Amino acid sequence: MTGAAQTGVSGEPARHPRTPDTDTAVLVVDDLVVEHRDRSTGTVLRAVDHVSLRIGAGESVAVVGESGSGKTTLAMAATGLGTRGDGAIRLLGHQLSSISRTRLRRLRPEVQVVFQDPHGSLDPRQSVRSGLRELRRLQPERTSWTSDTELLDRVRLAPQILDRYPHQLSGGQAQRVCIARALLMRPRLIVADEPTSGLDVSVQADVLALLAQIRQSTGTALLMISHDLAVVRSVCDTVYVMYQGRVVESGPCEAVFVNPRNDYTRELLAAMPGARWRSRR
Amino acid sequence: MKASTVRRVGSRLASLLASLLIALSLAFALGRLSGDPTVAILGPMATPEQRDALRHQLGLDLPLVVQYFDYLKGILTGDLGQSLQFYQANTTLIADRLPFTLQLVAAGMALAVLVGVPLGVLAATREGTWWDRAASTVALLGQSVPVFWFGMMLVALFAVNLGWLPAGQSGTPQHLVLPAVTMSVYPMAQIARLTRASMSETLAEPYIDSARARGLRGRRVVWRHAFKNAMMPILTIVVLQTGILLSGAVAIEYVYSWPGLGQLALQAIQFRDFPLVQAIVVFGALTFVLLNLLVDVIHSVVDPRVR
Repeated sequence: MTGAAQTGVSGEPARHPRTPDTDTAVLVVDDLVVEHRDRSTGTVLRAVDHVSLRIGAGESVAVVGESGSGKTTLAMAATGLGTRGDGAIRLLGHQLSSISRTRLRRLRPEVQVVFQDPHGSLDPRQSVRSGLRELRRLQPERTSWTSDTELLDRVRLAPQILDRYPHQLSGGQAQRVCIARALLMRPRLIVADEPTSGLDVSVQADVLALLAQIRQSTGTALLMISHDLAVVRSVCDTVYVMYQGRVVESGPCEAVFVNPRNDYTRELLAAMPGARWRSRR
Repeated sequence: MKASTVRRVGSRLASLLASLLIALSLAFALGRLSGDPTVAILGPMATPEQRDALRHQLGLDLPLVVQYFDYLKGILTGDLGQSLQFYQANTTLIADRLPFTLQLVAAGMALAVLVGVPLGVLAATREGTWWDRAASTVALLGQSVPVFWFGMMLVALFAVNLGWLPAGQSGTPQHLVLPAVTMSVYPMAQIARLTRASMSETLAEPYIDSARARGLRGRRVVWRHAFKNAMMPILTIVVLQTGILLSGAVAIEYVYSWPGLGQLALQAIQFRDFPLVQAIVVFGALTFVLLNLLVDVIHSVVDPRVR
């Protein structure tokens, strides 16, 4: 990850400098603007405001910000799942503005998304085994590298889980199943959208450790969306802080944590659990 | 079968039996409130002695409670009484007419499902587009147009003006076309509207986004993931609507002179043949209760969350 310009809330939007090694990046977002129109009132809300971002192969990048800051809209636009907006998005070497729907669908196995609500992300009428079988049928060659039990073992789940339905899984188990499904496709990029927000604290730590371990062992790039700075610190190398649709600060994770330059980042850090205790120390 | 499933089916069965008892009691009461059947049978010129004799023969001179329990006992033993008009057992009359109604309902409902489901899915997957508006308009029209009038219009166009199809009676597959189309219109509209609503709700679920994000084809996402989860209310309305139509599609059978249960019910009402009316209502109530039970069983089988 190359450094991005840092600006204040009211300053110029952060722009990612164009780099010569753009082609090796799994995701490059350049000057993206995404707007949502309210059909009933006709008002336009700018959810993403001139945002640039780059994720190199195997890199781990976090986008943090409070609810409504535009981080999920950015991730969905960047992966071609949401409104694409204006600006250039280059995903795995393909410009999303000119890619066909079929080509984008074929690209999807390489970019796997782990959603916020693990139970909601699983079809209630599909057992874990059936869900994995569906992916194997979709991509037989890509998924043949491991068996179901080996795959579950990698995400620390027992093989008995295979015949269970989503309602029979705990939140942590369901999220691990989602991660296993993502892992099965051997993606080049995993997008984790608030992957721990609905889980107990102890389970959160397990899921984060699992994501970090997967990243290390497979070399998969990771884009993590979170409102919780503590969550991203343990997993990501680089962080982008978003506020009201803009990137207000970005840089190496540790640098942003130790020496935040933006007021909003300081506020976020101060709101972290245990922040007061740390500052007194 | 799990104990919880047995308990659930048991409690459902008990509530359905209670509903059945209410329906049977209402049928009994209506039979007694619809006027003196001896007038219809003997005519206005009969003497009071003749009427009393007939009342005694029919058991109408017995106390109501005794009549009620005799009636329930008859139902339990499969005896639905004898028709005053046809001098035949009501069960035989119903059994003779049922195949015609079954044929009509099966064809009508098949058509309603084959048109209504795709129409609803089309509207839901293209929400807000003119496809959606067109499908919703067709569904609204289907529910608003009187079946009686629609049937007559079809006869006027395809039987009288174009001469393509017979106007009434039964016997050949061609005879079935117009009544089946007429019968399908209302349930088709109902199924289309329900499919749209149920699919719209399901398509907004996170697991649909998740399926798309994994690279599944749009068609597979819609049918395998969305429709499979949206189909329970649709299946319920299909089965219940079938029950309603089975117990007598009176207007349609009348327009097309279709010799089914609806036509039989109409004849029974016109003649004040209260044992036959009662028998048809009992048959309808039984069918409805059994189909309700079928919905519950299907629900248990199809949905793993209910198992």
